[in-house]
Amino acid sequence: MEIGPGQFLLAKLDDVARWAQSSSVWPLTMGLACCAIEMMSVTSSEYDIARLGSEVFRASPRQADLMIVSGRVAQKMAPVVKRLYDQMADPKWVISMGACASSGGVFDNYAVVQGVDTIIPVDVYVPGCPPTPDGLLYAVNLIQQQIREGGRGGLLARA
Amino acid sequence: MSISATPLTPEVVSKDGNAMVLSMGPQHPSTHGVLQIMLEIEGENIVKAEPEIGYLHTGIEKNAENQFWSTAQTNVERMDYLAPSNNALCYALAVEKLLGITNDIPERASLIRVLNSELTRIASHCVWLGTGGIDLGALSVFFYTFDLRENILDMQEAAGGARMHPNYIRVGGVNGDLPDGYMDRLNAFIEKFPGRMRDLRALLQANPILQDRMIDVGIMTPEEAVQWNITGPSLRASGIAYDVRKAYPYCGFETYDFDVPTREEGDSYARFLVRLDEMEESHRIIKQVRDRLQKTHGPVAIDNAKVVAPPKETIALSMEALIHHFKIMTEGFRVPPGDVYQATESPRGELAYYIVSDGGNRPYRIRTRPPSMYNLQALKGMGPGNLIADLVVMIGSLDPVFGEVDR
Repeated sequence: MEIGPGQFLLAKLDDVARWAQSSSVWPLTMGLACCAIEMMSVTSSEYDIARLGSEVFRASPRQADLMIVSGRVAQKMAPVVKRLYDQMADPKWVISMGACASSGGVFDNYAVVQGVDTIIPVDVYVPGCPPTPDGLLYAVNLIQQQIREGGRGGLLARA
Repeated sequence: MSISATPLTPEVVSKDGNAMVLSMGPQHPSTHGVLQIMLEIEGENIVKAEPEIGYLHTGIEKNAENQFWSTAQTNVERMDYLAPSNNALCYALAVEKLLGITNDIPERASLIRVLNSELTRIASHCVWLGTGGIDLGALSVFFYTFDLRENILDMQEAAGGARMHPNYIRVGGVNGDLPDGYMDRLNAFIEKFPGRMRDLRALLQANPILQDRMIDVGIMTPEEAVQWNITGPSLRASGIAYDVRKAYPYCGFETYDFDVPTREEGDSYARFLVRLDEMEESHRIIKQVRDRLQKTHGPVAIDNAKVVAPPKETIALSMEALIHHFKIMTEGFRVPPGDVYQATESPRGELAYYIVSDGGNRPYRIRTRPPSMYNLQALKGMGPGNLIADLVVMIGSLDPVFGEVDR
């Protein structure tokens, strides 16, 4: 569609803001285990998460919108994950990637947190061990959909 | 259950003079996982570096004790997640040694095992090279290496059904023959590899920025390397040509024609070059395996229904097969009492399993010798006297994987 001279578009400011927000979901660089390698694959040329506007992995939680919990969360790592989540600015979203992050997976033992949703709120779960990059891309799509529908993510959505 | 966030200790504390304590990690883009390094620094200079591990402790060894011999293998594959097939291979070899069936493994199964272990080695080094490039600001390397890795993962998915943890190498052989069309993919990969390596070398090897960052950084003398129990490419970069594939051959590695690349310098650049050479040696082995695979046909698992379940299609025809299938699936196989040590060469060094059996259908104890853990301790000696930016290069050049460091 081309906008000629004298023509203009009307939209709600909310919709424009959500459209912009959903097209620039920046994930946090936090690799935990096996799934982190598939999380890296998502940025490679084969899968190219840049198509969704999420290629900018931020090393600082202050600049990130999305936390991808990529792998098993050990008891020792759990306080760190919680702290990183708390450091992220609202609104924020969480993808629990893989069986271990979602439920502990095969590691039902003393060392692994049985699902990261016991410490932080999760918006989308991705099954698999590890999930394929396509699965993660779909999860990011779902996050975008939530944003466009007015979702606020994390604790705000539950408030 | 709720866990509140506790502050990391120690907090940034100013000590005498300009020294301060800085916690690098566990969430840091350049620590290749969940490593925390407690640094005592004076400005940019490191006075002391203390690696803190355990942020990915999964209890895999303990977990495996509660599972059948066959299902424990799915756990150990998740230790070194960059080289799952190497873990599976080492575990399978160890259990086979305990079962006393090492010499009964069919020739074709051994060939497929060698093929998978070498393909995984290239895939693992691809991740190392890509992430190591990102650490140094060379982002484009990542796209070249992950493209190469993607081809290998596609082959693994075709053979084993999963991209990263195929669980294809099993006790007694491999899980089914190579699928149709696999050899075409393998040929395409073999054709593609040399050109891609040429590109990578052109991009990196003579790059003055990379040389400035790597040469004479993190020097490890041969004596230090031996004292610290370093193995793999990091040891060979210090001039010691120790490779388990040559020293204690398994899967018929003694019959393949390949070299063990070594360097004398022992710095990060030497480790970088050794790994690049190693990828090319793996390519040489893969070519030889391909030629042999075309000539060797036959079964890919031993014909012993007490260890490997009979093919599914036979259970409708044979009562014996049905019984054996049921027994293997419901209670696994039993391993005679005893203990065994089996070492293999993983992409990171000497990966070994010490396994104890009490005669039951579950392992009594599985002890891993993870190469990354031993290699990582070198950091403590290398770090002091260098800049923080150099530490990033050193971690990259040691190529630790925290899945196996913490287990």
